[in-house]
Amino acid sequence: MSDPISGDREAILGRIAEALREPAPKHHEAPDKPAPLGLTAPFREWLPPVGKTRKDQIALFAQQSEVLRTEFVECASVVGAAKQLTELAKKADWKTIALHAGELTDAVAAKLPETLATLRVDAGYDKEALEACDAGFTECEALIAQTGSVCVTALSSGGRALSVLPPHHVVIAQKGQLVPDLAAAYEILALKYAGHYPSFVSFITGPSRTGDIERILVLGAHGPKRLTVLLVP
Amino acid sequence: MINASEPQEQFQIDADRTTADEPRRAAVRQALGNYKTARSKTENAFASWPHARDAAATIKYEGINHLDRYLREFEEKFTARGGKVFWASSGAQAREYILRLARERAVKSIVKSKAMTSEEIHLNDALEKDGYHVIESDLGEFIQQLKHEPPYHFVFPCMHLKREEISALFERELGTAKTDSPEELTMIARRFLRRHYINADMGISGGNFIVAETGMISITENEGNARLATALPKIHVALVGIEKIIPRLADLALFLPMLATAGTGQQLTCYNSMYGGPRQPGEIDGPEEFHVVLLDNHRTRLLADAEQRDALHCIRCGACLNVCPIFKNIGGHAYGTTYQGPIGSVITPHFRGLQDWKHLSGASSLCGACTEACPVKIDIHHHLLQNRRNAVSEKKVWWERFIWFGFRELMKRPWAYQMAMRLAPVGQFFHPLVLGTALDPVNSWTKTRDFPAAAPQSFHDWWRDRKGVRK
Repeated sequence: MSDPISGDREAILGRIAEALREPAPKHHEAPDKPAPLGLTAPFREWLPPVGKTRKDQIALFAQQSEVLRTEFVECASVVGAAKQLTELAKKADWKTIALHAGELTDAVAAKLPETLATLRVDAGYDKEALEACDAGFTECEALIAQTGSVCVTALSSGGRALSVLPPHHVVIAQKGQLVPDLAAAYEILALKYAGHYPSFVSFITGPSRTGDIERILVLGAHGPKRLTVLLVP
Repeated sequence: MINASEPQEQFQIDADRTTADEPRRAAVRQALGNYKTARSKTENAFASWPHARDAAATIKYEGINHLDRYLREFEEKFTARGGKVFWASSGAQAREYILRLARERAVKSIVKSKAMTSEEIHLNDALEKDGYHVIESDLGEFIQQLKHEPPYHFVFPCMHLKREEISALFERELGTAKTDSPEELTMIARRFLRRHYINADMGISGGNFIVAETGMISITENEGNARLATALPKIHVALVGIEKIIPRLADLALFLPMLATAGTGQQLTCYNSMYGGPRQPGEIDGPEEFHVVLLDNHRTRLLADAEQRDALHCIRCGACLNVCPIFKNIGGHAYGTTYQGPIGSVITPHFRGLQDWKHLSGASSLCGACTEACPVKIDIHHHLLQNRRNAVSEKKVWWERFIWFGFRELMKRPWAYQMAMRLAPVGQFFHPLVLGTALDPVNSWTKTRDFPAAAPQSFHDWWRDRKGVRK
């Protein structure tokens, strides 16, 4: 009988220790560059290369977005971002947009037309009501140039559901949030949260998709059908 | 369909049948052709894919060869954040724990995201037997669930089905209208499943990586179903094999792109999410409880085989299936295993018994395409060879020993060899008398192929008799 709380913990750990007494042969060579101290990932140089300047990185993010079918828009200001959002709302005939409190989201929300209803998730929300919203509007932790990804966490982006339940996810980010690669994103998270990570961290790379039927790409499998990234200075 | 009692006989029957299914094979071939194109493009975008493989193998080697230390670290970090860890030696223990949890929390409806571990331990059957409503939410798994069929491929569960078949299935099971558009079919599943995410009180997932350093489970997916199943229900259970360990969170900066490249040819899968505990103070939503079930189920047996230990480095990308000439011809169901293809043929004998499953290691051309495709450098085709060796040395087959004895004695004596060479054409002259019957000693060859005619003159004779050469 295993322990009802922790199960067969001791037995499994015992079997592992016993099994590991014989060393395993290696079928690989250790990477020829040793891991530098600190947070920098030792394998970074083998991954797809990223340009050094901010301009290169924005260009790469834009290029990746196109491949991924993310709608990427550089806006001149927060006002510009609000205009973009209003435009989107008008075109797709949105009734309600869900959002969370944040410096950028609040600034944009203040400039949205009054005809567009808002649902704020910060103090909890009704699942049905959130599902019925036309879009979820969030901030993010970082944008990743290498892969065209948006890094969200439970703390930066209004929890877990806001960025996946509504059919259109709109992200607002500042230029300074763009980082070259995934390793850099992990560095930022480690510094910011110093070990106390939010319970949910995710890299979103394009709108939801599937290829399960005949390997043909279909967008909007279960998550958002559209993903828009608004970049402000 | 014929049911044989032995896995090996069943495999023979199923493989014969599926290999003869030409249209199915063509569909699979086409799907895998697209994969090949996408993958080579993504792989070429790496500054150095070979070095990345070495780096990934190094990290996995480190994790697996210190598995006890890293699992303890994971447990400590994860429980400090309010998560619960359950260690299951067997599938039965894992099932029992999840069933008890569902009972104690008065769960009614369960939504699942893709988890091969749950296929491995037949979790759905156990839950349904106890009266729980369980729904698979990954599109491919959802289709297979409606079809009452196991996944065809552990990454692409319904890659063998054509849209007409899926449309007919939806018509029958969901009462929807006929369509030949993959998009429309996807939207049917989307609409159908939305209610389930909202109403379910338990979400069950697998896990692609266990992060020791931060006490997290990392889940990779394209559809968003795992995100929904882990955001809305009040309980989240992740059923994860103990070998999924990686030491550091930042290791994912390497593994996430490599898994996507090798798995589907994408640069990065759509959603890569790391879950470190249930909803934390100050967070808006998320489950109240998060349970991680660490599954052994004979993985420690494989761990104890130092020679094949690297098979536990596997990140289940499915690349070895996608490039395997055997998989392309016999398809996923013929294997009769949870994990198909070359990696399945390596590990299944360790999980379910060598003598019962050794035939899978024989069903290989040993071409090495699997080893080449593996992002973490598992020596797959050599392990298949080792399984063959181990199976024979564990249980000797009398007639094989007899044949090898005869062969050895023959080859030791040139006169006997010469005589056999002269007798071969005579034997072949009488071959048609037994051809196609059980008496034919080369029956398994002549079933599908012609036996080549013996040359009128042996090389040995020709060499001796050639003209104009000084004797």
